[in-house]
Amino acid sequence: MSLEVIQPGILSLLQDRGRFGAHRIGLTNGGPLDPEAFSWCNRLLDNPANATAVEVSFGGARLRARVDTFICVTGAAMPLHINDREQALWTVHRVGAGDEISLGFAERGCRAYLGVADGFTVAPSFGSSATVMRESIGGLHGDKLRSGDLLPCAAVEQRKRRYLHPASLPHYHDQVTLRVIPGYQQAHFSRLQQRRFFSHAYMVSERCDRMGYRLEGPAIQCDLEGILSEGICAGAIQIPADGQPIVLLNDRQTIGGYPKIGSALSLDTARLAQLRPGGTVHFAPISPHGAHNALHLAHSQALRKTMLEHRD
Amino acid sequence: MELHSAGENALMLYLGQETSPAVAARVQAAAAAIETALGDHLVDMVPSYASILILYDALATDHLAVSHRVRQALAQLQEADSSLGRQVVLPVYYALEAGADLEALAQRAGLSPEQVIELHAGTEYRVYAIGFAPGFAYLGQVDERIAAPRLATPRLKVPRGAVAIADRQTAVYPAVSPGGWNLIGRCPTRMFDPSATPCMPVSVGDRVQFEPIDRSRYLALGGELE
Repeated sequence: MSLEVIQPGILSLLQDRGRFGAHRIGLTNGGPLDPEAFSWCNRLLDNPANATAVEVSFGGARLRARVDTFICVTGAAMPLHINDREQALWTVHRVGAGDEISLGFAERGCRAYLGVADGFTVAPSFGSSATVMRESIGGLHGDKLRSGDLLPCAAVEQRKRRYLHPASLPHYHDQVTLRVIPGYQQAHFSRLQQRRFFSHAYMVSERCDRMGYRLEGPAIQCDLEGILSEGICAGAIQIPADGQPIVLLNDRQTIGGYPKIGSALSLDTARLAQLRPGGTVHFAPISPHGAHNALHLAHSQALRKTMLEHRD
Repeated sequence: MELHSAGENALMLYLGQETSPAVAARVQAAAAAIETALGDHLVDMVPSYASILILYDALATDHLAVSHRVRQALAQLQEADSSLGRQVVLPVYYALEAGADLEALAQRAGLSPEQVIELHAGTEYRVYAIGFAPGFAYLGQVDERIAAPRLATPRLKVPRGAVAIADRQTAVYPAVSPGGWNLIGRCPTRMFDPSATPCMPVSVGDRVQFEPIDRSRYLALGGELE
């Protein structure tokens, strides 16, 4: 019982919440670039929070159900069709064996999550099903989905057909403000350099992927050329010698020797990862206290959002 | 010791400024103490040359509580003994056919290839950090006489098991990957095997000694030559 990949699209990856606790052997996190959209996919389907879904980047995926079950697509606005009939995102749909599910190219945002009732059943490696192509780990074969892959899932007869009210949906704009906790080598960036960093717009360059988003804008100078290699957390903003910031994301290397000016909030890197080259990024400083409050607030707001249900 | 906020769920602990066995021993002892002190609130940890990145569960605790517990744990720490750490022996087939840069490196250093091998195998290394790729262990310090800068043009494909030098660091490539380090030999031991337990023969803080072996022994141990 499975969904069969007819056409994988540009980049489609099996992901659970990510791999944690394996940094000491050099493994990075992987996991969804937009954890907000990912977690809604599982919540709407009434799945465990860590259930495995497919992260579809940019779109262009086609799958065929080989089982009766329920699916849900959240995230970027990719036109969803089930057997040539357009269907809503952020909504649980019934599919039957033989049905074709297709996701067109994203009109806004660029990462969508295709989930299935009870999640795809993928054997975890190092505690997680998250696919990290650079490490050849996770998913079905450590790589992006290919035509002919069978994504194992259970037959499910009953599931509430929940959906989110359009007013509760996130909006994906072409600009994002990243709240940044100053940290790491921040003291080695002069006040002038910090002011420049926080007061100018940066543009997402062509070099943006699951490892990190390289931005273009006024160059930031650091009075250190390099540092002893040290651990890099998700969202850390690295400033290499050319002064162009790189926001490091889920598939980053776990250690590195470039100076870092601080780290962006995960709530905001989720939106950054929905941007494409040409998108605009601003930075705003936030204190560790402010960041802590923002995380808790976002968490409790998400829990309070009500899910509606189609009945017929 | 310095402890800073590094991110919404991250603290960075600096335990020294330089690469040395004493600092590495401190990192290793501190990592163990922090693991015990934080328990379930610890999500992950990255010990490195002179620092430890501590990642905690930001919805279950906060930076102030974690800082407090880390400081308490470190205050009780004894001065770490730098002779601790397991000793691991890794066999190496040093030869031009196994290490494409051996001759060039020797020439640069004004030494014979045999002298390079003697110096590389005659030093006990410490695992300072693991990263870059799964199972990639940074070992130091290489004798100054055979330290060599990275290649101007990195190779697109360095074979698995390649033993290499960059500056005063040495490593064994755990898998085929691009790389700019100077290749001097091949090690038949798998540095990262996802199906094995443990999946790596070394961890941060261990001491590594390279043992020169000949071609037939290398092949007998499962080594490959393209």
